Amino acid sequence: MSGTDHATIANFFRRLLGGVPLLGWLLGFLAAVLIEQAVGTPLAQILSLPKMPVLFGILTISKVIAAVINAVFKDAAFDPAILVHVPAALAYLALVYLAPIAAVARISARASNRAATAMGRWNLLVPAAVHLGLMYAALHTWAGMSDYRLITLKITLIAVLLTLSLNIINGYMGEFSCSHPGFMAVGAYMSSLFTVGLFVDDKVLGKALVVFSLDFLNFPLALIFGGLCASVAALLVAIPSFKTRGDYLAIISLAFLFIIKSLFENLQGLGGSRGIAGQPDWAALPVIFAVVGLGIWSINNFVTSTYGKALNAVRDDELAAEAMTVNTRQAKMTAFLVGAFWAGVAGGLLAHVLRYINPAMFGIQKLAEVLAMVYFGGLNSVYGSIVGAVSIGLLGEALRPLEILKWIIIPLLLILVMIYRPTGLVAFRDFDLREAMGPKTEPGQRK
Amino acid sequence: MALLRVEHMTHYFGGLRAVSDYNLEMEPGQILGLIGPNGAGKTTVFNLLTGIYRPSEGRILLDGEDITGLAPHRIAARGLGRTFQNLCLWRHMTVLDHVRMAHYAKISYGLLGAFFGTAERYRQEAEIERRSRELLELVGIGHLADQGVLNLPYGAQRRVEMARALAVEPKVLFLDEPTVGMTPEELSQMMNIIRQLHERLGLAIFLIEHRLKMVMELCHRIQTLVFGEVIAEGTPAEIQGNPQVIEAYLGKETVE
Repeated sequence: MSGTDHATIANFFRRLLGGVPLLGWLLGFLAAVLIEQAVGTPLAQILSLPKMPVLFGILTISKVIAAVINAVFKDAAFDPAILVHVPAALAYLALVYLAPIAAVARISARASNRAATAMGRWNLLVPAAVHLGLMYAALHTWAGMSDYRLITLKITLIAVLLTLSLNIINGYMGEFSCSHPGFMAVGAYMSSLFTVGLFVDDKVLGKALVVFSLDFLNFPLALIFGGLCASVAALLVAIPSFKTRGDYLAIISLAFLFIIKSLFENLQGLGGSRGIAGQPDWAALPVIFAVVGLGIWSINNFVTSTYGKALNAVRDDELAAEAMTVNTRQAKMTAFLVGAFWAGVAGGLLAHVLRYINPAMFGIQKLAEVLAMVYFGGLNSVYGSIVGAVSIGLLGEALRPLEILKWIIIPLLLILVMIYRPTGLVAFRDFDLREAMGPKTEPGQRK
Repeated sequence: MALLRVEHMTHYFGGLRAVSDYNLEMEPGQILGLIGPNGAGKTTVFNLLTGIYRPSEGRILLDGEDITGLAPHRIAARGLGRTFQNLCLWRHMTVLDHVRMAHYAKISYGLLGAFFGTAERYRQEAEIERRSRELLELVGIGHLADQGVLNLPYGAQRRVEMARALAVEPKVLFLDEPTVGMTPEELSQMMNIIRQLHERLGLAIFLIEHRLKMVMELCHRIQTLVFGEVIAEGTPAEIQGNPQVIEAYLGKETVE
């Protein structure tokens, strides 16, 4: 294909979809999942797929690739009919997702732009509620079609929160902290201790101690408790390491991660290396959606305030920050404790999604995963954290059938990103809610 | 009473005496110059006064209050603004954000406001932005407010530092070689800005400078520092005629 063809095609799509506001995209996504709910299963049958593709067809395709690889290298039995699944999955993706989303987004563009303009005049709460409501409705419907989707979505949302909380320290503040899974572990254990120990009969932790009349508050309190404990743990890392600079924090925090992990492995009162199970099933999708939404909102508020921007100043030139009245020690401490708090909350959520935890879940593997999400998505950026967590999370799930190859493909992608965009895909961009939800001007059209 | 008073300040780097028995009396509204050959310890004096180093001996009094050994950010908040010899800008921040940042000590909405976006936060942030834009106008780079600092020409970067230093509402403004590396045109603009700041804001200014012409034109009084010691202090005319100063700059005149 020649360069001009490329440009024409890109132009075509830009003209087709350029002026669509977020509202239009959400409507499109909602329409797509409603279509899938209505005709997904019969359509999959028509396309000779064994069942409805769960992750937009990528999982189906990687299963086919895995089958081919197994046939070639391990002499496994191979059914050539499986090859049909690749075009079928692509067709499914196009018919159920791409076409309806594009069509609805395009057709509703004018109306949704007008709606976005109208809502923009009101308090920010109004458009935020509308957008979040639409997004939740779409995600709820999407996840409602399979348990696998539900758990993937929950874990992805938690990963977004965890990634963003690490981005405060590694991106906005520019230190390199490795203890985040440790903070997550503290949050997970402490909130489990809170819920399992206080409200549930359990083999390890004994009978329920409390009957709480306002029991809808149990879970939020458990999460806050977990988060605060994680902050206290962060204080233990921060006090010795903030006296030194640069690489020392990385080393100290890595040591701390190992200490935390072996602490939980050896505390028999907390189940030792078997961990704690039987957490109450409180982490429903709306709860996680709300908590993660709250986390993103408050962290974004923080990093756009002068207190938060002080972290950037500390990162770029600490001496100058200090000379411009910035209390650098306080700023760094705040960032560290806040990052740990939300990591603890993420841990609490994870514990109640999986309903078991053990120390092995919070090791070096988890660290690699969350660091990959931060650096892939982009430093110093809320968008980046969302992009990083969602793409690495979904990719990790979708490439699961490839087994060992997954651990080559994802790191390779990471290396490519590091070469071409060293600070990540969407780094250093402010997340402006009003702008994100506002109307978009169509290309070639004046405002 | 003197605005800034330094008594017998001495500082050692290990065994090296970088500054010895430095004394200073600075009145409000005065422009004071600190000159001296390279390595004389001029920037060290600045770093001592702004709290980056803690003096080994001696006292520093601002408005009669002892500020010796306070953290730099506390000293800055009490009214010492400064610029740096080699620009110390924050590379990922915009011009406007630089000036806003220097209001850090004045914001009072607290972390609760930062996390939950209270009305008080937006009121204070709007006020800070208004003041920051005013300061940028004052140093003549209002139109560059939303640019990243790395894209700016050198002279404009110097002015960003100047606006940023003014945002801490200094009683004394410390300028560490504000014209180093400037073209003659940028130099004369910078001199105008310094003069204007002095006239409009009535600031006391403490200036380290290599270009004697500029020091002679701007300053009310001049100190000459050689090997960490003040060898001469006086009006520009006095300094110009001082044989010790001439010797320090040009070497001893030997007549054979």
